[in-house]
Amino acid sequence: MASQSIEIRSLYKIFGPRGRDFVDAVTKGMSKTELNKEHGHVLGLKDINISIPGGSITVIMGLSGSGKSTLIRHINRLIDPTSGEVLYGGTDVCKMNEEELREFRRHKTAMVFQKFGLLPHRTVLQNTVYGLEIQGVPKSEREARADIWIKRVGLEGFSNHYPNQLSGGMQQRVGLARALTNDADILLMDEAYSALDPLIRVDMQTVLLDLQKELKKTVVFITHDLDEALRLGDKIAILRDGEVIQQGTAADIVLNPANDYIEAFVKEVNRGRVIRIDALMEPLSNPAGEPSVRIPGSHNVEEGMRVMTENNVTQATVTSENGMPAGRVSLEGLVRCLVRTND
Amino acid sequence: MDWLWKFPTMDDDMLRDLKRAVDEGFRTFTRAYGDSIEGLFSPLQSFLIWAERLLTGAPWPIVILAVAAIAWLASRSWKIVIGCVVTLLLIGWFDMWQDTMKTVSMIFVCTVLSIVIGLPIGIGMSRSNRLQNIVNPVLDVMQTMPSFVYLIPVVMLLGIGRVPGVIAVVIYALPPMIRLTNLGIRMVDKDVLEAADAFGSSSWQKLRNVQLPLALPTIMAGINQTIMMALAMVVIASMIGVQGLGQPVLKAIANQYFTLGVFNGLAIVGIAIIFDRISQAYGLRLQKHREIVHG
Repeated sequence: MASQSIEIRSLYKIFGPRGRDFVDAVTKGMSKTELNKEHGHVLGLKDINISIPGGSITVIMGLSGSGKSTLIRHINRLIDPTSGEVLYGGTDVCKMNEEELREFRRHKTAMVFQKFGLLPHRTVLQNTVYGLEIQGVPKSEREARADIWIKRVGLEGFSNHYPNQLSGGMQQRVGLARALTNDADILLMDEAYSALDPLIRVDMQTVLLDLQKELKKTVVFITHDLDEALRLGDKIAILRDGEVIQQGTAADIVLNPANDYIEAFVKEVNRGRVIRIDALMEPLSNPAGEPSVRIPGSHNVEEGMRVMTENNVTQATVTSENGMPAGRVSLEGLVRCLVRTND
Repeated sequence: MDWLWKFPTMDDDMLRDLKRAVDEGFRTFTRAYGDSIEGLFSPLQSFLIWAERLLTGAPWPIVILAVAAIAWLASRSWKIVIGCVVTLLLIGWFDMWQDTMKTVSMIFVCTVLSIVIGLPIGIGMSRSNRLQNIVNPVLDVMQTMPSFVYLIPVVMLLGIGRVPGVIAVVIYALPPMIRLTNLGIRMVDKDVLEAADAFGSSSWQKLRNVQLPLALPTIMAGINQTIMMALAMVVIASMIGVQGLGQPVLKAIANQYFTLGVFNGLAIVGIAIIFDRISQAYGLRLQKHREIVHG
């Protein structure tokens, strides 16, 4: 089952009773402050165009107030847009009627929330089956399916506990199990890990990455944490004041920040861990004379440097996923990337 | 400058005519529709008689056992069960068993009626601000209007007896049920509701799976309040012919029988405490899942 992509096209959200009347003005350049002061409306999202590829993780990053949570709620239309389209497999989610929307939410999407959103009066198992229950799946089947995911997220033995008896990290595992049990194409994660403490957060990121290797769902992940974005995102979009200011891969953003704002953000990033060496490779100039040491392109810079140092070489061949040579890197090039020479 | 010290009033004749016209209109209405309205309430009448026969007809040990069983199921506390049984034994020993059973049966009918009417109205109010704005002032009137005032038209329409008594009690006891249902549903965590929406719940599924269960403790507090207010109306209801513990109290007032008044008054207090402890303990047990917090 190949996941389909989500296309967000010229999406606007202006909060207030007459939001629609101001779309033109905002398009022509009215600022967020002016809209708020003069007309009492709040600009949530401005001309968002993002293509979210199927089967991979897209991270939408921004600080609080940047509109990222508003944006993710447009994908399953928990918030109605002021104008614009959200296309999934050619269908505009924004044009669905109530019945279609309910079916879309039941079968195509699942969501994980920052504040977990668990039902406090239901046990872990009863929470996990919720999506299937409202679809009308028979009890024995839905509990069997939920059991699998409860085990996968590491909650075995906690099925009969109430959410209040669990720690934050474990509650979010329940949230994740509930979403996965739905077996939907699209997994929406709204600051899913922001409420967890750092060690547990990394732990949960690993859980997600491991699961994604086999599930290949279309994951939209919202975060305010750049490290998390860089670790998880196959693609990253950065949002500020309701506008997308840059989108691309982790390496694009770290190596070519679009403006000072992003530059300031990525300054403290550990590039050695974030950047994959295939983002730095040069073409193989002379195929016959390629270096003998080979490094998979998925390695990060730090791992690449370790391999080269251990083998006592300064040049290496970068291989693609299928093991074929794809390019070359030099130790000097990797160092240059780490220490960021001013050129 | 006379008008400054004496409030200007409507013309005496006009006022008299107005009162007379309203009274006359209502009397005509009563004569025309009284019987059919009474017929409308006949199912309620049979429900009341059935409940009363059930309690007064059953042997007293069985009633006490039943109350003890209900107390245990609702509270799982021996203290409450023993308290209930001792109270009932004392009431019986002081020869108030029959009256108490009549009162309990009427309170039971009033409570059922209040829940059946109040719950849907409360749910409706929680979903529509407009309905809330309409119903709230009506509830204010129901709670503050002296009960004797609405007893007049009720008695004119339905005569004296159980049914008008129950109507008077329900009018007085219904508001907390409606208000707390509305409040409970409105207080349900927005994040949980959003999650239910995101998984594609229909509005009925949301009500059944999320809103009602989470509002239940508040709704239980509403039921508890309704029972307490219904008990407070027992004496007033006895003035229009409702039998039970109110009748001896009324007799005691008329004849200055101090002890008779105190005994029956204490019996009312006794069953109030039984109802209160059982319903509160049940409401608390519904919230068990909230108490155990991860440490």
